[in-house]
Amino acid sequence: MRKELVDLSINGRRHELAVEPNRTLLDVLREDLRLTGTKCGCDDSSCGACTVVVDGQPMLSCLLLAVSYQDSQIQTIESLATQGELGALQRGFVQEGGSQCGFCTPGMVMSLHTLLESTADPTEEEVRAAISGNICRCTGYMQICRAVRHAVAEIREEEIREKERLHA
Amino acid sequence: MPETAPGFAVIGKSAPMLDGKARVSGLAVYTADMTLPGMLYGKVLHSTVPHARIVRIDTSRAGALPGVHAVVVGNEFPNRYGILPIGHDEAAIAVDKVRYIGDNVAAVAADTEAIADEALRLVQVEYAPLRAWFDAEESMRAERDLIHDDRPHNIEKHYSHNFGDVDTAFARAHLVREDRFRCPAVTHAAMEPHATLAAMQIDGGITVWSSTQVPYYLQRTIANVLEMPESAVRVIKPAVGGGFGGKSEVCPLEVIAAMLSKKCGRPVRITYSREEVFFTHRGRPSQIVDLKTGVDRDGKILAVAAATIQDGGAFCGYGPVTVLYSGNLLAGIYQIENLRYDGFRVLTNKPSCGAMRGHGTVNMRFAFESQLDMIASQLGIDPVEMRRRNLLKPPCFTVNNLRVTSYGFPECIDRVVEASGWRERKGKMPRGRGLGVAGSHYVTGAANPINRSDMPHSSVTLKADRDGAFTIYSGASDIGQGCDVMQVMIVAEVLGVDPSRVRLVAADTGTTPVDLGSYSSRVTFMCGNAAKRAAEELKKEIYRVSAEAQKASGKPIPQNFDEALRLALEASGVIVAHGHYAPPEAARGGHFKGAGVGPSPSYSYSAQVAEVVVDEETGEVRIEKIWAAHDCGRALNPVAVEGQVIGSVSMGLGQALQEEMIWRNGFLMNPGLLEYRSPASCDAASPDIESFIVESIDPEGPFGAKEASEGSLAASIPAVANAIYDAVGVRIMELPLTPEKILRALKQKKKAAA
Repeated sequence: MRKELVDLSINGRRHELAVEPNRTLLDVLREDLRLTGTKCGCDDSSCGACTVVVDGQPMLSCLLLAVSYQDSQIQTIESLATQGELGALQRGFVQEGGSQCGFCTPGMVMSLHTLLESTADPTEEEVRAAISGNICRCTGYMQICRAVRHAVAEIREEEIREKERLHA
Repeated sequence: MPETAPGFAVIGKSAPMLDGKARVSGLAVYTADMTLPGMLYGKVLHSTVPHARIVRIDTSRAGALPGVHAVVVGNEFPNRYGILPIGHDEAAIAVDKVRYIGDNVAAVAADTEAIADEALRLVQVEYAPLRAWFDAEESMRAERDLIHDDRPHNIEKHYSHNFGDVDTAFARAHLVREDRFRCPAVTHAAMEPHATLAAMQIDGGITVWSSTQVPYYLQRTIANVLEMPESAVRVIKPAVGGGFGGKSEVCPLEVIAAMLSKKCGRPVRITYSREEVFFTHRGRPSQIVDLKTGVDRDGKILAVAAATIQDGGAFCGYGPVTVLYSGNLLAGIYQIENLRYDGFRVLTNKPSCGAMRGHGTVNMRFAFESQLDMIASQLGIDPVEMRRRNLLKPPCFTVNNLRVTSYGFPECIDRVVEASGWRERKGKMPRGRGLGVAGSHYVTGAANPINRSDMPHSSVTLKADRDGAFTIYSGASDIGQGCDVMQVMIVAEVLGVDPSRVRLVAADTGTTPVDLGSYSSRVTFMCGNAAKRAAEELKKEIYRVSAEAQKASGKPIPQNFDEALRLALEASGVIVAHGHYAPPEAARGGHFKGAGVGPSPSYSYSAQVAEVVVDEETGEVRIEKIWAAHDCGRALNPVAVEGQVIGSVSMGLGQALQEEMIWRNGFLMNPGLLEYRSPASCDAASPDIESFIVESIDPEGPFGAKEASEGSLAASIPAVANAIYDAVGVRIMELPLTPEKILRALKQKKKAAA
């Protein structure tokens, strides 16, 4: 199959690549760009392990053709920790046992990251709805919900501290 | 943050996974994430027929395709293997005949996955079909077309046990119940599909990275099949994305990747598709349980007779172990003085079953705890009281010689009874809402190794480094349960140092001492004890070496650990110590046939209460809440214990309500995660689960710890079944507990009443 030149924006960087038009974004991320944080759990849109954020929306990268997303901003799990410093959501996962085997975790974190961008203090129902397409076999989702609460509390405390600094 | 246990600096305080940061950042490296220079992609051709002789197989066109570097068929590597020494009946690629749809027929290694797929399409196979056996009861009557020639009637194994005087006990029973229960096959569905990367080395050795729970068994098997010395095979376990037993025996792709790499001399990686994972299976067998229990007027159990048939699929696998756990562990939770067991493991033309979380005990526990409720109801005894009247009285040996030491089961019952408001609410709830209770238990590691020997089951080496840190070398396999950090915590506790000073090198047969693997919930107890002993030895050695050096130069003997460490390292450059664990003789069981499976140095216990709401119009079950108490001895790392308990309950609820492998003529109809339906976050099988840790402090566990990862699974299923009965008065004796079955039972009940 003939390759096409594509220009993808991933984690704020542009990547020019030659890819076959039938290749999925998941394959291009994992194989061409070696961004292996995004996982392949089923390759048929059943499990959510390949979730990435495309233009602010969580999407299954195993369903997307890479050539079709040249005008989009794509965000993967690798973008969330800056210089080795975890984000609040990731810290919540580590502290509360939200990640056991870790294989669903990148997709799960990307779905929840999007939720927290739009909903500062989600209810448990909202959290569960946000990850209803992300299958986890280890946790029964209990500790994932706790991880989100942990993150929300931490973000709120940080905001309060920030306000106090501004007032001071 | 919770405090540590009293008297401890590290133990009892929740600690994150050692590689937790990497896991949440996408930086943990799983096998399928790895590549090597020159690496090829391997693909396997699977059988499309359930039972047939391979008449002819032509791979010439596949081999000639540009980009293909190796094609392999079964007779090139004919040595048989299997996880049990009594069951070496498998070849990774079928030799002469195929035994299930999905069996492995040929494999290729190519430059890309697309070329490998294309090559598979060019392989021509001619089959001569044989009669196929799909139903276990039918298969047991087979006279011809046997699945394995040396297994008459397709019976892999039959165990028959009789302890006490069963018939006399039944004769004097006030009430005897006989019921049949059925459980379909379920599977692990770990999120990481199996993957293996094998790299033949120029010196004749081979290095294999694989998603395995058992690196040392894999090393042994590859050495056998490739006819290489074990020392030439190095197996490394990278991050593993869940196992639950599905990676606790050697899977075909692991051997096939090694075959392909040996053949073409280049690294070969095989990653299973999700469909291939389902067809590889090795999960919980479909099982029929015929259970007979006799009790006296007060509900005290007098005798139990259980007969079971497990549909084991095409190979032996762990089969004999599964069927023995089903029988032998019956005696491990309640007092049963007279016990009869007949267990059949039957071969069929379906993928081989294997070990799955709660191995062998889960289906039997569903039957037992359901029937116990039925008896309680007939006698008018409260189900909780029924269980309390039948408790073991440890320390004790059961009728079949299981040694029970710590026994937190009574406290587990107390905790969930209290938390659920059982006393106040049971029997007083509106129609459609109900409470159910059940218990379960599991081994803390098998007291007898798979390959019988008196060698340690776990060994740990610990090294003091010149930078003031310590390195643990351990063969134990972290598959997401957290055994890496468990070892760090134990070593830090013993040495009295901060855990940040303890590093870990794990699960690499080339550098770490043997640990048998992550199965039968053995790692905390066995490897934990080995790590503890290694740390104790290292501490002694540090003081000894430093004292000797100081004495020699006439200086005072150091009293402070860090001072001693510095002086010892100055004197000898490096200090190393070892620790081992082997179960004590008394825990290794009796001497009857099949006595080797079931004995454990210690048992975990769980009690659970389920609250359900059943919609009588639709048959739908909503689980309002699960209260689950687990006796794990001492909780070394509470957040991990809780995660394992809740995870077990979740997997149990999946099996209770919605999971089932559906077969039609040997073809699996639901080989995908959507179709198979392991619990999703909004499913009825993902309710609020409140866990309680009960600490019975085991006399032999490391700091009193025992297992936490499996024992809670089995209670969840009967707790829900019993709650459904409490809610709407129907008893479902076949899993899963679907709306269809509940509606049918409600209809029948109405009819009977009319």
